Amino acid sequence: MSEKIHYFDHAATTPTHPEVVAAMLPYFTEHFGNPSSLYGLADESREAVDRARGQVAAALGASPAEIFFTAGGTESDNWALKGVALANREKGDHIITTAIEHHAILHTCEFLERQGFSVTYLPVDRYGMVDPAAVEAAITDRTVLVSVMTANNEVGTIQPIAAIGAVAHEHGVLFHTDAVQAVGNVPIDVDAMQIDLLSLSGHKFYGPKGTGALYIRDGVAIETLVHGGGQEKGRRAGTENLPGIVGLGAAIERACGDIPGHAARVAALRDRLLDGILERVPEVTLNGHPTERLPGNINISFAGIDGEALLTLLGMQGVCASTGSACSSGEEAPSHVLTAMGVPPALARASLRLSLGDLTTGADIDFLLDALPDAVARLRRLSRGHA
Amino acid sequence: MQFTETVMDHFTNPRNVGVLEDADAFVEVGSSECGDTTALYLKIEDDRIVDVRFRTLGCAAAIASSSMATEMIKGKSLEEAWALTNREVAAALGGLPEPKMHCSVLAEDAIRQAINAYREKQGLEPW
Repeated sequence: MSEKIHYFDHAATTPTHPEVVAAMLPYFTEHFGNPSSLYGLADESREAVDRARGQVAAALGASPAEIFFTAGGTESDNWALKGVALANREKGDHIITTAIEHHAILHTCEFLERQGFSVTYLPVDRYGMVDPAAVEAAITDRTVLVSVMTANNEVGTIQPIAAIGAVAHEHGVLFHTDAVQAVGNVPIDVDAMQIDLLSLSGHKFYGPKGTGALYIRDGVAIETLVHGGGQEKGRRAGTENLPGIVGLGAAIERACGDIPGHAARVAALRDRLLDGILERVPEVTLNGHPTERLPGNINISFAGIDGEALLTLLGMQGVCASTGSACSSGEEAPSHVLTAMGVPPALARASLRLSLGDLTTGADIDFLLDALPDAVARLRRLSRGHA
Repeated sequence: MQFTETVMDHFTNPRNVGVLEDADAFVEVGSSECGDTTALYLKIEDDRIVDVRFRTLGCAAAIASSSMATEMIKGKSLEEAWALTNREVAAALGGLPEPKMHCSVLAEDAIRQAINAYREKQGLEPW
């Protein structure tokens, strides 16, 4: 095993930035008061939570009163879907989403179907793009919510969110977006993009794991799922994760401070890597949209190999990446996202996701451009008997 | 996923890879669980496997299982090769993580199907 790590898995998680850790530290030991307490020690905690709420709101173009802290993107997605469905049951029982959502959305929809709701799973085109006209065609007088992710976690395709939001609102339907992969990479403005609810997760933009938020537009009817104390205006009970909330606020402020600059730096590295792969390795296919994609995402299939075997070979050299299929009993293989895009099963199993970010350097790109062609050629010789 | 040193050795330096142009038996088998495929070639003399080659499209466990299985059946009689189980292949690899045990089944299936293909070619009943 190589000692040096070449990290190409920023879509899975990111390290907590040292500035974020520094912002969090005093709230473990020094300012540890429970924000719900009445004495002076709690004042600093309350102020810190309010400050973080403002930082999240500013990043989204929202007001602080519309931000609710959660334990991450999965909880935010669950709350948005179940909460809106339950609170609006008398208006309707139909939800529209897409076939390429994260399992936090898809499994929640399956749960709601078992509770009597109906769900339309919209198809996508070969690039993983949702057609706003298809959203409109699927809306019925029983539809209460449209949920479409801002950017896909596997192939990076960025959806026409403003157009989809406009379609939903023309029909009086609420619009939720899972923006877990988008925040920090794509500018977000909940008003301009006509978003009513938005999920985000701290550890995707160099914040701490186990932190997240749900943006809920003022006036949206949503049921409470976590009952207990009166935290978060009585909508999400439980003692606040004070250091985590402080870290989330610091991380989103940092990540959204210069999105164009960050995106340009990462996209330049990504393009160099992609061009290099296409030049050096034959029989490869780029999955996802050629231009409307996250700056740090490459999802590519290498005909004639198994993606997991490629990951194992690269892993021996310290490369951390991801694949769209896992050869394990009980796993869904290949990826539901690639399948929905019409990628043939053999190519879906041969996929590799490389997600770049703050940790990626030019030296990492050079290393991978050296290692990848050899690894692919080696596996192709094994599987096809090529000389 | 954590593999044993033996698995990693057979994955990175697989034995008996390739094609036997004059094979007496050839099969290509696939796993319905994960889409792995193995092509197996046997050269048989006097009911004994004198040479064997494979090509596998699959994960590290599938490739290592194929490699180890070919090592284990080379020189064996068809009866002895038929008796080889996937658990013996996995044990020879120092063990496989439970979610990967099905990869060793692919090797067992390939050997048995190849032996039956040979028997049928000889006008014998398949085992």
